[in-house]
Amino acid sequence: MGELRLMKGNEVIAEAAIRCGCDGYFGYPITPQSEVMETLMDREPWNETGMVVLQAESEIASIHMIYGAAASGKKVITSSSSPGISLMAEGISYIAGAELPCVIVNVQRGGPGLGTIQPSQADYFQSTKGGGHGDYRLIVLAPSSVQEMNDFVELGFQLAFKYRNPAMILTDGVIGQMMEKVVLADYIPRLTDEEINEKYGSWATNGRKANRQRNIITSLEMDSGRMEKNNIRLQEKYTKMEEEEVLFEEFRCEDAEYLLVAFGSSSRICQKAVDLAREKGIKVGLLRPITLFPFPKKPIAALAKQVKGMLVVEMNAGQMVEDVQLAAGCAIPVKHFGRMGGIIPSPGEVVEALEQKLIGG
Amino acid sequence: MELKDIINPNNLVYEKPKLLTENTMHYCPGCSHGVVHRILAEVIEDMDIQDKTIGVSPVGCAVFAYNYIEIDWQEAAHGRAPAVATGIARTNPDKVVFTYQGDGDLASIGTAEILHACNRGENMVVIFVNNGIYGMTGGQMAPTTLIGQVTATTPNGRDVGRNGYPLKITELIAQLPGTSYVTRQSVHTPATIRKCKKAIAKAFQAAIDKKGTSFVEVVSTCNMNWKMTPVKANEWMVENMFPFYVPGDLKDGSKTDPESYTPLKN
Repeated sequence: MGELRLMKGNEVIAEAAIRCGCDGYFGYPITPQSEVMETLMDREPWNETGMVVLQAESEIASIHMIYGAAASGKKVITSSSSPGISLMAEGISYIAGAELPCVIVNVQRGGPGLGTIQPSQADYFQSTKGGGHGDYRLIVLAPSSVQEMNDFVELGFQLAFKYRNPAMILTDGVIGQMMEKVVLADYIPRLTDEEINEKYGSWATNGRKANRQRNIITSLEMDSGRMEKNNIRLQEKYTKMEEEEVLFEEFRCEDAEYLLVAFGSSSRICQKAVDLAREKGIKVGLLRPITLFPFPKKPIAALAKQVKGMLVVEMNAGQMVEDVQLAAGCAIPVKHFGRMGGIIPSPGEVVEALEQKLIGG
Repeated sequence: MELKDIINPNNLVYEKPKLLTENTMHYCPGCSHGVVHRILAEVIEDMDIQDKTIGVSPVGCAVFAYNYIEIDWQEAAHGRAPAVATGIARTNPDKVVFTYQGDGDLASIGTAEILHACNRGENMVVIFVNNGIYGMTGGQMAPTTLIGQVTATTPNGRDVGRNGYPLKITELIAQLPGTSYVTRQSVHTPATIRKCKKAIAKAFQAAIDKKGTSFVEVVSTCNMNWKMTPVKANEWMVENMFPFYVPGDLKDGSKTDPESYTPLKN
């Protein structure tokens, strides 16, 4: 078993990046995630593993540094919070279009605009439906604990490299700022240039070797026929993700008559709400999507045949509820309960909403 | 003497660089980009660094630069080439990285990226082709457009009150402690082409020697959008651009020695 520590979610992202053999982090300070870069700068991984850490002049620059490094076959990560992710949208679209692997962490805060520095889940649409221009998808992982902040860094990279697609860890100020015990991963060595050439030589732009043609990383294609083919290839990739990479967790669903659906920190609140409701004699279960894209449509469709209604609990005005409604169909009511602007709902409020919106109604 | 006697390998004094591809260039006849591309291919070939050079092409007329030189390339978003190059250079310190950018890309939308990359002293080369206009989008005003110059968005000439002043970004870049060699060149005569080649070779050597960011502006023509013949465009450039964008070296050395600063005591 790995090293056991008590750490903040944001600190764990930094630690996990060093330990999984990251080649570089490029970022810009923004609350509530600045501890990611602060921890990295304090750890000085360039002395330990050779990992590069650079404070960029903006989120725009950070994401394009990620583009350059990722396009040379390197394993690179960035982090930001909601307004910063909006600035990165341009680069994320280019990275998806050029089919490059990387991990982007969004420690969400409340919006719109400058909003608040308190936690929120209002970037669900932005993360799962694209965010920038064009038809693209991110692999979106939603951790609900500090342990998962650790685990999803390497998982994100594995999926990103498997599909040559950006992966996002969509978390929020609650998980970023809270401390929990965490079992840290063992160190994975960084790849050598030879290993990068061997694994990614077919596309990585790290200098044209004598034994291969030159590689070109671009998202540009002036011929509409070829551009449509590029798009079809991307869509096939996303379909394959939907078939093979869905992750979710069920909690007390076996005998459930009602279902809560929640991700990330909301799912932690809902676990408690399930226990509270069951004490009152209401048979409730919880489904927690771990991958927000690809979305767990099938398990939700299956539970829609079992339960009388679903309540989707999010710290936003109702975003994931649309995907749950699509997956559940029209046979049962699917309602939403959410708080906004940085307010975190209490388990009691969730039970109350369940009673009012589904049971009493 | 017949033609076959003249077209004979023994008589060959000038040939296409091996690193230039067979692709037909998309540039307009008379455009300076083709000459600068050729110089780049020659320099990379002469220095024998094609296996470790990564080019970053911009958004603008040179977006397709990657079609013409046989090296690895990345195509950057508009203005972001210096950030992209930073990402490559930082994680691949043994490689040679250059950006190739126009004046809209470098001096307008990418001002933050170029200033900060140069100020950090990233070990890379910047080739800055300045023709005072947006070429690819059809001849709109650029930050470098001269006062009174007619473009698609300044149909009555650039007016300072409405459009601000032409930006001498290379003069700004030369002030930054992270830059090593900063120069302004042109490619309108055989002599200036030879001089420009020397400057670009020197810029690459400076980056290889980790002296900081080297920056080569090439004052260029856009005869198509200037609505002139190539010859007339060259004359117009000499007459109007050179007095404002004066050719020559602006800085020749190395990034400021970090030892020359006294860090605050902690």
